[in-house]
Amino acid sequence: MVTINIDGTTVEVLEDTTILKAAEKAGVWIPTMCHSEYFEPYGVCRLCSVEVIRGKRSRIVTACNFPVRGGMNVQTNSERVQWIRKMIMELMLSRWPNVKVVREMGERLGIGKPRFASLERDEAEDACILCGMCVNMCNDVVKAGVLGFSHTGIKREVVLPFAERSEQCIVCGSCAHVCPTGHIKMVLEDYRGKKPEFTLGPKTPIYVPTLQAVPRIPVIDTESCIHFQTDGCEICAKTCEPNAIDYKMQDEIVEIDVGQVLVATGFDIFDASAMAQYGYGRLDNVYSSLEFESILNSTGPTGGKIVMKNGKEPRAVGIIHCIGSRDINHHPYCSRVCCMYALKFAHLVHDRTDAAIYQFYIDMRAFGKGYEEFYTRLLDEGITMIRGKAAEVVEGRWDGNQESSLKIRCEDTLIGKFREIPVDMVILCNAMEPRVDSDAVRRLFSISKSPDGFFLERHPKLDPTSTSTDGVFIAGCAQGPKDIPDTVAQASSAAARILSVLAKGEVEIEPVRAMVQEEYCSGCKVCNGLCPYGAIEFLEEKKVSHVNEALCKGCGTCVAACPSSAMTGHGFTDAQILAEIDGLLV
Amino acid sequence: MAFEPRIIGFLCNWCSYTGADLAGVSRIKSAPNVRVIRTMCSGRVDPAFILKAFQLGADGVIVMGCHLGDCHYQEGNYKTIRRIPFLKRLIGGFGIDPRRLRLEWVSASEGDRFAKVVNEMTEEMRALGPLKLYVHQESEQAAVHV
Repeated sequence: MVTINIDGTTVEVLEDTTILKAAEKAGVWIPTMCHSEYFEPYGVCRLCSVEVIRGKRSRIVTACNFPVRGGMNVQTNSERVQWIRKMIMELMLSRWPNVKVVREMGERLGIGKPRFASLERDEAEDACILCGMCVNMCNDVVKAGVLGFSHTGIKREVVLPFAERSEQCIVCGSCAHVCPTGHIKMVLEDYRGKKPEFTLGPKTPIYVPTLQAVPRIPVIDTESCIHFQTDGCEICAKTCEPNAIDYKMQDEIVEIDVGQVLVATGFDIFDASAMAQYGYGRLDNVYSSLEFESILNSTGPTGGKIVMKNGKEPRAVGIIHCIGSRDINHHPYCSRVCCMYALKFAHLVHDRTDAAIYQFYIDMRAFGKGYEEFYTRLLDEGITMIRGKAAEVVEGRWDGNQESSLKIRCEDTLIGKFREIPVDMVILCNAMEPRVDSDAVRRLFSISKSPDGFFLERHPKLDPTSTSTDGVFIAGCAQGPKDIPDTVAQASSAAARILSVLAKGEVEIEPVRAMVQEEYCSGCKVCNGLCPYGAIEFLEEKKVSHVNEALCKGCGTCVAACPSSAMTGHGFTDAQILAEIDGLLV
Repeated sequence: MAFEPRIIGFLCNWCSYTGADLAGVSRIKSAPNVRVIRTMCSGRVDPAFILKAFQLGADGVIVMGCHLGDCHYQEGNYKTIRRIPFLKRLIGGFGIDPRRLRLEWVSASEGDRFAKVVNEMTEEMRALGPLKLYVHQESEQAAVHV
């Protein structure tokens, strides 16, 4: 630790700390233009120049990269320093008079109109001020090596190699992120990911998977992470105090032996851009139900404030029910939960904003405990209920000369008129759909699906949690749309069933099994390869095949294939089936 | 009296039998001509059964199973799809119109498809008329048995 004096204040810092950092510790501000926390300082702008006095001698150095020495005396506002700053700022202001950071710095330092004019005067507000931060980011941090300086003197500029579009650029956006003037622009695709996860707005390669995830541990998307492409960056690891980031972690495949499986893989929501008339994905401020949930959430993109894309509060909100549900063009079934969450949205919008709220419904399905009472309470809160499925959402100006907004066209069947309701924000109640990979998942467990695509239960009334495959249970929205109380009940029931089997310690299996009558078996081994469970083995000493009764599931494929009729299937023997054929054709 | 075809249907327990059950529960109207024999898997259906059915006077035989990839026993229906089309090619040589044997995939949730298939099969058999199969006297003894 060394002690130095900055502008009369004594401060103790580690040796080799830069003057800039020491000044920060001492509470003294030194102006900078090319400094960033992401990379080592390189003293290009010279704005941070300070005077260092040692004995009778003084010198001007750049505070950002000059290391302190014990007993140093630093003056950040001496006459010489002031003169230097004035010159630098006037040079910058004469060349880039309209760039915000330059003007603000000039104002802060009390420097106004420059004394001279520049031949290279650039009026643009987003002009490149040659600070070189983008170059440093690209070369030292990201290590993609795409940006660089070219030419000298007045012709100096930041360029790509050969002034051409570069294949090396990994489109990480770091250059745009550090650029102080906004000269570098990233053209981002308007990504509203729909399945299976979604985001509102861009996200970083290291992110927490969902709002309020448990555990709240971030993951790194190796495809977009700079480090995995160029071996550079590592800023997240440098920032992490407990050093919890390990880039070398690999995916692990873990095999666990289990006896029972509970499949509770949930649902996806209907992609409303398939219904072009509602403008989802095309018009601003049309949100799906899950997107609005994340807006409402205090850990979401708006911190729980209900605002439109332009940051203002909506004056009116329309909530449209049955998007994709109860629709012969999409899903004929009712998604069960939407009426209630639509009422919840209405209640929260009413609570947090002064917006007028309109609900466009076909029927109000308030089937649960306390649900109808909640609906009645909402009617008292002054929500306008319009019975009639909304026909379309269009853009339109309303309320005099306000900015363009949205209008919902519908038929109000209770009053028998067509209406056009002006709103600022539209919330859609998207249908619940089976997950996009539900076919792949159900094939793993031999589960069938019902006509709506959700997993098929053994019996809709008497056994809604198990499937036709023993030991495989289903629960929650994977089996069909339902809300939280019903999901909890179903899941508890499935868990209880599983536990009762586990507690017994043994399982009862069907007696339908195949068996080899060894005296007839010719040892052809046709059956061995047919069995999907590998239950048939060939006994070398006896030269006959043998069925392992524990593995055999009784499908009978081997019985049908046996050329010697040596294989019989208990319960479905040849004699039994032939007798059935005989009986049916009497 | 109009000719009512007698059709034997071999239905696999998990998919097509359940689908047929669903058609019944849903009160979907279908022709009564298909007489159902339940096996655990369509892979259990021995071609000998089909031949026996024709021999005993069935005008048509339909085999139904799970869709490919959805077999409750993983691959049983792949064996079926090897056997039945092959048998179809052979029965023409025995004097049985190949259209009298049909293979269909009906899943557990496809009640209306089951009804549609049954109705179509019945109409086709009605159009084809009764099966006229000459069974040689001596070959009665050589009939299929276990």
